[in-house]
Amino acid sequence: MSTNTDATTGIPAQRSGGNDKPRTSGKAQRFADGGGVLNVFSHGFLALWAVLIIVPLIWIVLGSFKNNTEIGDSAWSWPSHWGFDAFTRAWDKGIGDFFISTVIVLAGSLTLTMLLGSMAAYVLARYEFRGNRVIYYFFVAGAMFPVYLALVPLFFMMKNLGTVIPWLGLNQYAGLILVYTAYSLPFTVFFLHSFFRSLPSAVHEAAMIDGCSHSRAFFQVMVPMAKSGLISVFIFNVLGQWNQYLLPLTLMQQQSSGDPDRSMLAQGLMNLAQQSGYASDFPGLFAGMTIAMLPVLVVYLSFQRQVQAGLTSATLK
Amino acid sequence: MRHRKTPFIFGFLVVPVVLYIALVIWPYLQTFGYSLTDWSGASPDMNFIGLDNYTKLFQDSAFLDALQHNLLLLIVLPLATILLALFFAFMLNVGGKSGTGGVQGVRGSAFYKVVFFFPQVLSVAILSVLFQGVYRTDKGGLLNGVLIGLGIVDENHPWDFASNPTFGLWCVMGVIIWSGVGFYLVLFSAAMQSIPKDIYEAALLDGAKRGTTFFKITLPLLWESIQTAWVYLAIAAMDAFALVSTMTPGAYYGGGPDHHSEIMATLLMRNFITYGKAGYACAMGVVIFFITLVLSVVSLRVTRREKIEF
Repeated sequence: MSTNTDATTGIPAQRSGGNDKPRTSGKAQRFADGGGVLNVFSHGFLALWAVLIIVPLIWIVLGSFKNNTEIGDSAWSWPSHWGFDAFTRAWDKGIGDFFISTVIVLAGSLTLTMLLGSMAAYVLARYEFRGNRVIYYFFVAGAMFPVYLALVPLFFMMKNLGTVIPWLGLNQYAGLILVYTAYSLPFTVFFLHSFFRSLPSAVHEAAMIDGCSHSRAFFQVMVPMAKSGLISVFIFNVLGQWNQYLLPLTLMQQQSSGDPDRSMLAQGLMNLAQQSGYASDFPGLFAGMTIAMLPVLVVYLSFQRQVQAGLTSATLK
Repeated sequence: MRHRKTPFIFGFLVVPVVLYIALVIWPYLQTFGYSLTDWSGASPDMNFIGLDNYTKLFQDSAFLDALQHNLLLLIVLPLATILLALFFAFMLNVGGKSGTGGVQGVRGSAFYKVVFFFPQVLSVAILSVLFQGVYRTDKGGLLNGVLIGLGIVDENHPWDFASNPTFGLWCVMGVIIWSGVGFYLVLFSAAMQSIPKDIYEAALLDGAKRGTTFFKITLPLLWESIQTAWVYLAIAAMDAFALVSTMTPGAYYGGGPDHHSEIMATLLMRNFITYGKAGYACAMGVVIFFITLVLSVVSLRVTRREKIEF
């Protein structure tokens, strides 16, 4: 699947480590002219940076097995006993609920983003009609604007919307889903527009001659053909919406104390961090982080090539 | 075949366009309007006060500090991230021993790429909490732990990092660079791999040193990617809100101590949510918008070069 993605998006396939290994041994040694010193030098820096990345992450995971005194006492203490009670505490304190909230919102917003984004991009890319360029540039312009420009009116708009349609207002899943979708549209349309343009039109024309309707041609012919592009932009949107902090912070605040806490994972974790400053349950906090990191780590390690190729090609477009 | 084309186009476009205009374009436009009023946000009362908010903004010392800090971020972040990413990408792709196989990356380059990229997929909340632990101001903090272990820091007087007036902002920058380098490394790697290997080999045969090949071959051929990276990093530098607001001290949305790590975004949120100055906050939003706009245009112009085809 990854080679497919790479070929169609025009990004050269990542070279795997498997290619490098045989070449460095044997005959190559004789030609190590000056490269040898450089090799030690470069390996030093690369290894140092790798350590800088890995150590804090392992430190956090270890921290979730320590107790409070061990954490405060020294950065290098080893957990005295291995138990999962910090994880249970973190889950009970809300990580579980935040997790579910995030999954609900992302499921909705990603479905809508991909559906609406590909529909708009497709029509704009492959149909001639009056106003086509205007709508396209309208979408493209939105990708350049910082979200701060919209923040204040957006807040009051959602607040007012809530008084008319209760399930769409502040601290409502549906409201946040629509906002995420709307703010993901510019980039999704921009990326998929150029992608749909690059697809050959022969298959599509054949389907139309066979009596296929326009919408059926889209869903059954064009979408499968655009699969690799859709995957790239999907990954981009998953990471973007998963990492969103400012929008939920503004829109998903509890409106009154009786309201359910529908914080997203990022926001909930941050709240937990601030609370733990008072309650000082650092193992619980570290456990919460481990829980939040784990799914991302697993997904990333299993799909790292697609994630890297998807993100880079999405950016380069 | 041409029948029902118009209803189809309309049917496919109406929902996305309406949603986009209602939730993105309309609020963008409203902000300009609100920025000319003294609206508090809480009451419907709203008076047109012209450019007063903007005049106040440029007399507000907290805002001027924030502006300076944003400009500092704008210079340091792209520069540091791009230099590090270029350096690592060059190592990974052409830094290896030159053998009969020609130019190649160092051993284990695939492993490094996987590891370096990982912070990119971590959510910003995780980064923030993670580095709160790293920067802890007692001996339980990772950084203090290392420094004590090396004997640089006295165990009884650990350093304060993010809460230090001088270094607070730099600590946040460290986190952004830490998490961003991997992504740009992969971006540059992809570009480097599309450069034909025989160009390097020809240069090496002619007796070029590795440093020369980097400056004479790699850098010019990567220029377009660097330009893209620059624009993205400039936008990221204008949006350090999540990290600054949670990692630096301050009652509402960080920025402390005493505005020493204040950025425009934290000031905007505090004025909007905490002080209820919606109109004033909108004026800040407009300033952020114009700076971002000018930056993207300038960096696209300045870094424009002849496109080299190969």
